Amino acid sequence: MNIDYIILIPIIPFVVFLLLGVFHKRIKPAVSGYIGVFGLLASTILSFYAVYQYFFVYGKVNEIYQTFSEKSVWMNFTETLHIDMGILIDPISVMMLVVVSVVSLMVHIYSRGYMKGDEGYTKFFAFLGLFTFSMYGLVLATNLFQIYIFWELVGVSSYLLIGYYYTKTSAIAAAKKAFIVTRFADFGFLIGIMIIGYYTGTFDFETLNNPEGSAILNWAATSFMGLSVITWALILIFIGGAGKSAMFPFHIWLPDAMEGPTPVSALIHAATMVVAGVFLVARLFPMFYFVEDGFALNIVAYVGAFSALFAAIIAITQTDIKRVLAFSTMSQLGYMILALGVSGYEAHEGVGYMASMFHLFTHAMFKALLFLGAGSVIHAVHSNYLKDMGGLRKYMPVTNITFLIAALAIAGVPPFAGFWSKDEILVAAFEHNKLIYCVALFVAGLTAFYMFRLYFGIFWGKDTAYMHKPKESPLSMTFPLIILALLSIVGGFIPFSEFVTADKSGFQAHLNYPLAAIAITVGIIGVALAWVFYKKENGLSDIYAKAFGPLYKWAIDKFYFDEIYLFITKKVLFKRVSAPIAKFDKKVVDGTMEGIGNKTVVFSNKIKGMQSGKVQDYGFAFVAGVVVIALVFIYLWTN
Amino acid sequence: MIEGITIYEILTLTTIIFFIGVYGFLTRTNLISMLISVELILNASVVNFVIINKYLYPDVLQGVFFSIFIIAVAAAETALAISIIINLYRQISSVEVKDTEIMKY
Repeated sequence: MNIDYIILIPIIPFVVFLLLGVFHKRIKPAVSGYIGVFGLLASTILSFYAVYQYFFVYGKVNEIYQTFSEKSVWMNFTETLHIDMGILIDPISVMMLVVVSVVSLMVHIYSRGYMKGDEGYTKFFAFLGLFTFSMYGLVLATNLFQIYIFWELVGVSSYLLIGYYYTKTSAIAAAKKAFIVTRFADFGFLIGIMIIGYYTGTFDFETLNNPEGSAILNWAATSFMGLSVITWALILIFIGGAGKSAMFPFHIWLPDAMEGPTPVSALIHAATMVVAGVFLVARLFPMFYFVEDGFALNIVAYVGAFSALFAAIIAITQTDIKRVLAFSTMSQLGYMILALGVSGYEAHEGVGYMASMFHLFTHAMFKALLFLGAGSVIHAVHSNYLKDMGGLRKYMPVTNITFLIAALAIAGVPPFAGFWSKDEILVAAFEHNKLIYCVALFVAGLTAFYMFRLYFGIFWGKDTAYMHKPKESPLSMTFPLIILALLSIVGGFIPFSEFVTADKSGFQAHLNYPLAAIAITVGIIGVALAWVFYKKENGLSDIYAKAFGPLYKWAIDKFYFDEIYLFITKKVLFKRVSAPIAKFDKKVVDGTMEGIGNKTVVFSNKIKGMQSGKVQDYGFAFVAGVVVIALVFIYLWTN
Repeated sequence: MIEGITIYEILTLTTIIFFIGVYGFLTRTNLISMLISVELILNASVVNFVIINKYLYPDVLQGVFFSIFIIAVAAAETALAISIIINLYRQISSVEVKDTEIMKY
């Protein structure tokens, strides 16, 4: 299979970024929007061509999807250990190409309407280009170091875009928080990479992931504190993934990241960048599965399940619609992670892996749709808060319908996309771990509930009197909504299990009817509860909120995790550790150096009178010196 | 070789001239006088070259040639020194050594 043209897919957005970034003062906003959209359109077409070529023409040999790669050595450490740059084509990277292309293209089109009249319009499109380039690079990476480079690049673009409204203090704080928290987690990732490089002698994914390869077979060679070093490395790498995917306890940055423009939230903090952590675990899945009988994978499963539950509970109580969606994203990411955690490897055993990727795909579509819909609402109402909304269905019919479709999809109502992928996840969880299954099922109910609380709160509920009558958004904004809504409807019918599986050989997935029935029932109960509480304005929700008492208060305040982090950093780290160290630095280290400098100045002040400026003094010193030397020589000669 | 005069007498003379030059250089307050003193030092050494050549190695001429070089260099150097002194005079209207201390420290 010829994969040379695939390099163009990341290069095009990069060129767009350079073009718009360098000339952002000279290019007219109208033009820059078109440059961004058409650049992405070209990338999208190439991505779809790559998908067609891979899945239907060349990819399958002997019923197994092959891995194609093209790389050149970039840095040489030893004979075997070197960092390559290149592209890797296998089922998940091709699938991610589609996800990134479609969502990014839709967001580009949407931004032309949403950002209209904004001062930094061109800059915004430049940043979007940079992000898209980095994300493509991340999914196409051939080795751990290359993925790490692009990993940090998406982090930077995320930072730039969260802090896009750079005059707003909260946006700056959120951007810094997102960058520092993920950077902190990436530190674990880096150590993990170095451990892997040291003990296996390679960074290359193909070599590492080979089930018969030395990296996997020799996992028990060295152990540290009762676990294999490779397991430790995988846990550290997962910490990096957890940071990007906002898993507990690194989730605190994601809700704050909603300070960025809404299209950014849709692209980066819902559909693409935050799934990088899921992608990373999927990328190294054979290692996670085979090393130490999947010890690291168990941790992955429990972290995912806990995060899913934790975020869903918080999402119920939030009143900022973007924050509800942010916690919902975190919860769904937890879903994907737990699906990977409970997955097996061979054929049908690998249903969790398949389900996770499937959910990643469908979630990208409907969550981007939800965010873009929310953006459309915010655009019309000029507020993020549920209390300023209500009854919008009369004013915004397109947004209403598309939002409803997305909400049904995420709630797991058939035949929408979310139902199919969520059902597979539940099947995988049921087969491997009943506890995680129960958690996942409960989260499914919660998801349906908070999603419809949001939907009813925005489009039904009380009839708010608006100062300016809200009106439907322009076509550039509703068009992506419609496309994504269509994808959210049909996305579930893609036979994913035939394309993307752990061992790369397709299998037939069947609907497990009893489990599906349970899941649907739970979803419907969630929707029905939301209907009762929020369809019409009534005091029911307040009464029940009171009944939960402190629990409700805790959930509103996100279980005080921000405060705990603040306490640890400000009160403990800054005050007890950093401040004494700073004092030591100022007093002792700087003191010594400054003392030496000051003493030199004092001494030279004292002796500077010797430099009188009188030429005859210098002459005298010179003659005197000559005389002294002459006397010394005479003395030495005569003796 | 001069009849009746030994090399020691001439060397004594040049040493005296040399130290007069050094004394003048260190004590005069006027830049021109200092320049003249420097010339004295140079002349003493020129005479030394010629005398040592004549008395010790009469059949070669290196010392004599060297003295001609020194005279040429001294002429150029004097011209340079005079031009510096003239420039200095234009700046501070004085050729006194004590007025040239503005560059100290």
